[in-house]
Amino acid sequence: MEEEVSIQITDAELEIILDDLLMIHGYDFTSYSKASLKRRMNRLVLHDKFLSFAEFRYKLRAEPEYLQRFIEEITVNVTEMFRDVTFYKTVREQVLPVLATWPLIRIWHAGCSTGEEVYSMAILLKEANLLHKSLLYATDINPAVLANVRDGIFPLSMMKQYSENYIQSGGKKDFSSYYTALYNVVKFDEALGSKIILSTHNLVSDGSFNEFQLIMCRNVMIYFDKELQDRVLTLFDDSLEKLGFLALGAKESLKFSAISSKYKQLENREKIWRKVVE
Amino acid sequence: MEDKPLLQTTPRLIVIGGSAGSLSMVLKILPHLDVKLQVPVVTVFHRKSSDDTTLIEVLSTRTCFEVSEIEDKAGISPNVFYIAPADYHVLIEKDYTFTLDDSEKINYSRPSIDVTFESAADVYGANLVCILLSGANADGVNGLKIAKQKGGCVIVQDPAFAEVPYMPQQAMTHVTPDYILRPDNVREILAVLGGQPV
Repeated sequence: MEEEVSIQITDAELEIILDDLLMIHGYDFTSYSKASLKRRMNRLVLHDKFLSFAEFRYKLRAEPEYLQRFIEEITVNVTEMFRDVTFYKTVREQVLPVLATWPLIRIWHAGCSTGEEVYSMAILLKEANLLHKSLLYATDINPAVLANVRDGIFPLSMMKQYSENYIQSGGKKDFSSYYTALYNVVKFDEALGSKIILSTHNLVSDGSFNEFQLIMCRNVMIYFDKELQDRVLTLFDDSLEKLGFLALGAKESLKFSAISSKYKQLENREKIWRKVVE
Repeated sequence: MEDKPLLQTTPRLIVIGGSAGSLSMVLKILPHLDVKLQVPVVTVFHRKSSDDTTLIEVLSTRTCFEVSEIEDKAGISPNVFYIAPADYHVLIEKDYTFTLDDSEKINYSRPSIDVTFESAADVYGANLVCILLSGANADGVNGLKIAKQKGGCVIVQDPAFAEVPYMPQQAMTHVTPDYILRPDNVREILAVLGGQPV
């Protein structure tokens, strides 16, 4: 094993970077989990071989292209199709039949990253014969990932795993019927993408922009501190119709949040809450 | 190692990392955890999802500590034996709360032992104890190096007694442990952590 020699960002330097991002570029990361940010920043500094903190800071202040890279690397863009199969089974069996009663279904994927969950949802809607009357709003802080969602292109190497997830979540079709393989990537059926509306949206600084019956925000808020989590949950509450659903990641909860009294978790304890009080 | 019977500093957190073959050693450690230690214990095992409740039940029967899976943003309390959830890295904040993180696997692992060792070393420094057990990859070794640099106490399972010796062997190659853990000295080493001489 080689010794990796690298500068280590200190807590004070982390704060300086966060200040710069906010003051110069308008990105507010000050309420993100510091431990996670620091780890990702140190990985970036190591990977991009910076020799001093000053050099890193300068590049980040002065070069817009590097800022773009920084945002891509600091925000976590790890996602899967049909991740947590029992979650998707529950959406299929308990959430979609309720959504079906609305004339127009609006779903918000907040922090959608590269779009794997958006396409998973589009497949569920199509199979429930609801896609034609649905709109899927997919938003992320990072404009670079949204281009991926628009194109519907994903790595071929992941399809075996996704196909297994799909079957385990109750899918009955041949998963490969949803995409066309092109060398080492696949392109999903354009009909699935046709109901997806893309926009950059920063959960820290942007407000509510519509009313939805389902909001999906899975494994996004774990990167926020407790106070920001509460603010974002209030934003979701403001954006959710009565009797709509809020879906969170496997280790996230409404417990102890400001809005918890208005919500009731599904009985099977999946991380899906229904808004029972306006 | 026997020439260093007492710790320089009081442990305020014990982190145990283990992969293949580590459970039997954990089961030996559990009965010796004494509430007089007044420390939290965080364990990071490489494991598949799902059987969370089974593992918690199995471990609970062996210790007076409360056994609990780590929740995001929860505070870290003494006398609790915390288990990293499958599929999330565990980091520790400066205000002694947990942060879960589902970013890329490290050393093909999520949770990664390195991630928690490094994060804990950043917060606890010389008051950290890291224990690395049996396993088939080198996850945890970098974390031990960093813990050691920050003055923490490093304990490695004797590879001769590990079901899968690769991980502790790698650790011994790159770090000089303060103590080497064997099935027959678990009680003594935990007593040392509690401030008693061997």
